[in-house]
Amino acid sequence: MLNIKNLKVSVENKLILNDLNLKINPGEVHAIMGPNGSGKSTLANVLSGKKGYEIQGEILFDELNINDISVEERAQKGIFLAFQYPVEIPGVNTNVFLRTSLNSIRKSKGEKELDTLTFLKLIKEKAKELGIDEKFLSRQLNVGFSGGEKKKNEILQMKLLQPKLSILDETDSGLDIDALKIVADGVNSYKKKDNAFLIITHYQRLLDYIKPDFIHVLSKGKIVKTGSAELALELEKSGYKNL
Amino acid sequence: MKNQNLNINQEYKYGFTTDIESIKAPKGLSEESIKFISNIKKEPSWMLDWRLKAFKRLKTLKEPNWQKPKYPKIDYQDLYYYSAPKSSSNKPKSLDEIDPKIIETYKKLGIPLVEQQRLNGIAVDAVFDSVSVATTFKEELTKKGIIFCSISEAIQKHPELVKKYIGSVIPLSDHYFATLNSAVFTDGSFVYIPPNTRCPMELSTYFRINASETGQFERTLIIADKGSYVSYLEGCTAPMRDENQLHAANVELIALDDAEIKYSTVQNWYPGDKDGVGGIYNFVTKRGICKGKNSKISWTQVETGSAITWKYPSCILQGDNSVGEFYSIAITNNHQKADTGTKMIHLGKNTKSKIISKGISAGFADNTYRGLVDINEKATNSRNYTQCDSLLMGNKCGAHTVPYIKNKNSTSTIEHEATTTKINEEQLYYCNQRGLDQEEAVSLIVNGFCKEVLQQLPMEFAVEAQKLVAISLEGSVG
Ligand SMILES: Nc1ncnc2c1ncn2[C@@H]1O[C@H](COP(=O)(O)OP(=O)(O)OP(=O)(O)O)[C@@H](O)[C@H]1O
Ligand SMILES: [Mg+2]
Repeated sequence: MLNIKNLKVSVENKLILNDLNLKINPGEVHAIMGPNGSGKSTLANVLSGKKGYEIQGEILFDELNINDISVEERAQKGIFLAFQYPVEIPGVNTNVFLRTSLNSIRKSKGEKELDTLTFLKLIKEKAKELGIDEKFLSRQLNVGFSGGEKKKNEILQMKLLQPKLSILDETDSGLDIDALKIVADGVNSYKKKDNAFLIITHYQRLLDYIKPDFIHVLSKGKIVKTGSAELALELEKSGYKNL
Repeated sequence: MKNQNLNINQEYKYGFTTDIESIKAPKGLSEESIKFISNIKKEPSWMLDWRLKAFKRLKTLKEPNWQKPKYPKIDYQDLYYYSAPKSSSNKPKSLDEIDPKIIETYKKLGIPLVEQQRLNGIAVDAVFDSVSVATTFKEELTKKGIIFCSISEAIQKHPELVKKYIGSVIPLSDHYFATLNSAVFTDGSFVYIPPNTRCPMELSTYFRINASETGQFERTLIIADKGSYVSYLEGCTAPMRDENQLHAANVELIALDDAEIKYSTVQNWYPGDKDGVGGIYNFVTKRGICKGKNSKISWTQVETGSAITWKYPSCILQGDNSVGEFYSIAITNNHQKADTGTKMIHLGKNTKSKIISKGISAGFADNTYRGLVDINEKATNSRNYTQCDSLLMGNKCGAHTVPYIKNKNSTSTIEHEATTTKINEEQLYYCNQRGLDQEEAVSLIVNGFCKEVLQQLPMEFAVEAQKLVAISLEGSVG
């Protein structure tokens, strides 16, 4: 599904990702761990198509080179990024935003747009699964949401948009224990054999709930170690310094 | 007469012309053309005298030049001051008598004039060039004693009301364009709401400039008698032409004791093409007086069209405890220019005013908020709150805020907040990541930015206005 080959990314001549290789197949869950500033969010942004980076190497998504494809087209093709810091958009009703988003993606696939009523029914269902109070849906997008509420809202969008590749950038940071469990359940219930996850996290505890197939350690712009779920336990004990 | 349509540009969908025979006043500004207008409207002599007085006064006035947008000199002798579809020169008495071509025009504009289609509960007065062609729902309103008709009809049928109030808010000699309008105004709407009456439906006027080389000078007069309420909407469009056309309207509102007038405008005159050729000069004088105690006037405007917009819908808060509000969205794209804002003149005690202005500038456009808050010595315990937000797209456009503030007593307070921001890249990125393309993203973010104003509009208009916001900004980012 995703195949990253020799990816080098720099910003203003500063090299952030250096010769990174990563392959993700449908149905797999990959976790990326690594010290602060090692380039995890940068990787997520680059995969989503964010502008402002100099890029070398190849990013293939479903065999297609997407290096030159816009952010929205990548989203429409099924790449979803749950942001580390979701942005607030004042004056924009959350429901309206979610519906516009879903309909843009449906339109791009040649599917019929959902009318307001059908949409509301759908979104209420999904919100309920995540224990999100309906009232949030009529508030302005992310405005005044607590850290945890913003993160839950990202997972709600993931479940609504049904992406092929979900990139979660520290979605677990700042969540209380109950919220963490809800988010993990959200991810687990969406896990299917034809979609995949790339989960960026600092904490082993998320991985107690979501079992990754692979754990990669990113350091100084490179994947320095790849292992199974046990690697997280090891890191928890001895940190990154031995790597 | 025939008009050629300019190369149709996708964004302005109202740019068509209706090919229809029209009657025109002699070209140029003269006593002769004023008499022609007055005569064709069968006006009483006091009205003609009033016009001629204005004309005399006009000759002593100069066009103002303090505004930010400059424009090439207008040749007032090269304009027609009256143009009307031939078929309506003897005003049609019912809808069946209106030229089907005009009905078709309004249908294309989304404004059905024909009876069975008027289910949306909005009474419409439609002004085509210089004359009012139809006023719908008249009978239903008449039952309540509400008068809603063209100003021409009002001059004939309700001279006592017109005589009493016309020019009472915007004096004859106010300034160049207002005085010009007083001399040559052609049509517009007249509304009178009797005491203790709540107007049961939105009243609306739809202005359409069709003929070329024509100025549109409409005059609207709205009187809300004691304890009454009315919500009035106006919409405007014009064909696309490479000449600039002048639109100089006067609107006067009068609210007596405990009355409330809500006046909303969606202005979408042709803005000119991408290079700034053509478009309407929208030089409009709008002023309301809260004459009675506890009265209220609220202006809401969505200004997206015109090459130049130059207007300051204002409130004179004369009655004690009266309230004035101004909610504005002004969008300028390409080479459009806007210099708009409001004046809140506090005269009565405990008067309150609120100003919310959202200016959006894109392309090479220039957008100025200019406003005056003047709290008089006797207007004790008065309050003003002003908030002006400007949003810039790209770096070739401009936004300016020019607030004039005068507080002449110590018990009153004025609060002013202003922000200028660029469209937020992180917000755009977030929207894009959720599948919205650049235009959808801009539309969503800008509509969010304008929300406080948009929610002031009646429902039917709010939806239209949101679409208009999106259309006006097409191609402005990325
Ligand atoms: N636009 C930018 N301009 C300059 N430096 C940048 C830019 N974006 C990222 N960097 C730098 O690149 C490095 C990697 O940043 P990134 O946000 O990807 O780290 P991270 O692994 O996600 O860290 P954390 O765990 O703290 O979230 C950091 O040193 C950061 O300062
Ligand atoms: Mg990060």
